[in-house]
Amino acid sequence: MKTPIYLDYAATTPTDPRVAKEMCRYLTPEDGLFGNPASRSHAFGWKAEEAVEAARKNVADLIGASPKEIVWTSGATESDNLAIKGAAHFHQKKGKHIVTCKTEHKAVLDTCRQLERDGFEVTYLVPEENGLVDLDKLAAAIRDDTILVSLMHVNNEMGVIQDMAAIGKLTRERKVLLHVDAAQSAGKVPIDVEAMNIDMLSLSGHKAYGPKGIGALYVRRKPRVRIEALIHGGGHERGLRSGTLPTHQIVGMGEALRIAREEMAAENERVRMLRDRFLDGISDIEAVYVNGDLEHRVPHNLNISFAYVEGESLMMALKDLAVSSGSACTSASLEPSYVLRAIGRDDELAHSSIRFSMGRFTTEEEIDYAVRLIHEKLDKLRELSPLWEMYKEGVDLSKVQWSAH
Amino acid sequence: MAYSDKVIDHYEHPRNVGAFEKEEEGVGTGMVGAPACGDVMRLQIKVNDDGVIEDAKFKTYGCGSAIASSSLVTEMVKGKTLEEAQEIKNKDIAEELALPPVKIHCSVLAEDAIKAAVEDYNKHRDEAGEGDSERQSA
Repeated sequence: MKTPIYLDYAATTPTDPRVAKEMCRYLTPEDGLFGNPASRSHAFGWKAEEAVEAARKNVADLIGASPKEIVWTSGATESDNLAIKGAAHFHQKKGKHIVTCKTEHKAVLDTCRQLERDGFEVTYLVPEENGLVDLDKLAAAIRDDTILVSLMHVNNEMGVIQDMAAIGKLTRERKVLLHVDAAQSAGKVPIDVEAMNIDMLSLSGHKAYGPKGIGALYVRRKPRVRIEALIHGGGHERGLRSGTLPTHQIVGMGEALRIAREEMAAENERVRMLRDRFLDGISDIEAVYVNGDLEHRVPHNLNISFAYVEGESLMMALKDLAVSSGSACTSASLEPSYVLRAIGRDDELAHSSIRFSMGRFTTEEEIDYAVRLIHEKLDKLRELSPLWEMYKEGVDLSKVQWSAH
Repeated sequence: MAYSDKVIDHYEHPRNVGAFEKEEEGVGTGMVGAPACGDVMRLQIKVNDDGVIEDAKFKTYGCGSAIASSSLVTEMVKGKTLEEAQEIKNKDIAEELALPPVKIHCSVLAEDAIKAAVEDYNKHRDEAGEGDSERQSA
């Protein structure tokens, strides 16, 4: 077993070796597959185009879409931008109101903030304590001038799964477009854009054992969803996203999602066993809280608050484990996780949270090692913690007058 | 975040962890920070009859830099008079530990902890002094 142990699959996954092998064929000269898929005048171009279209079909198949509805992008962040800005700008004559949720990824939240600067109005729903959006509250937030609802399928920090079918039913009834960020759900939870009435769906390559730098946006054709392009140029991807297609990246994402479709059920079972082993291993530790709903949750993610110990110092102690405290994107700041605050966790528990995310290459041995290490280091840090001492003495910390700084 | 070797050393081998009895004679306790802000430091000093800090203990809830700052402070104050201890500035702590700008507040908190501990000690001494004089007059 090698250390550090990678338990940050929600940040990124390693590329599956089967995927990497396939990608290499489209880079080097041997097989003549390196061509520009837009080259129509020779076999190099034709072969590359063929590979791109095969990959497109693999992506479409995973989500129950037609290949014609898939647009390649540079990743889920671009897909989110294209979907939200693209739909907002196209439909602004109809209305300028958008509904999203406080626990969305920054790629959605910051895009919405930008639209607010452009004169749009955005409602940020507050999720329930379990991390899920209440349908009645969503229904109440939709107005006559609402053009778009953007909600994520699986939350990146907590791993909770939204009931997309119920949300899609509602948005369809209310004739509002539904965009779904599925970066964290593709390959972990079945997605069916038809059954779920999803109009646009963002996908990422590197969260599902594909390469970084590639993503896709599903844009519904029946009934047709119209959006404005963000990137203009050679008119690639039906004018929705210009730029030479990175064949090897696309092949990688296609292969990754093909494997995901075929192996999802078995892999989920295996990861669930690892997750349960982990939870079982730490169940004897006092004052530990799992953040987010335990049932409506992908098995890959465990977001845990270890009360009376600060998250960053715990991460430092767990240096043999590659984990993150809240969203990796915000770990440079001193602010506690905005996601945990949105579900009503108090600041202290938000400061004390660690996200463990496991996946395809995680082993039982690694989980057992992690459990042992957590026991050992947590004990040490709690011995150091005045809050732990006060808790053990029966002091109610919420009643203490702290000198805020 | 990359930590300096000194921060890691203090974090992995914290000096003078623990507690004195708060009511013990000569003990001053300073608790600063708040759980909601992500750090709470408790520094205790034990002062002898000559007004010299002969021992110090701490417990800290916070990041690695906060733990290291308070651990370092227990070493710095030992052997100093109360006046000398109060001259320790956050800059001295930050420099010694090579804290990055985003962690300077940890050293500020450690300086505050010294001040709070000295203040608490003085308060106890004054109260004890008043008690003595009351006894004498009675």
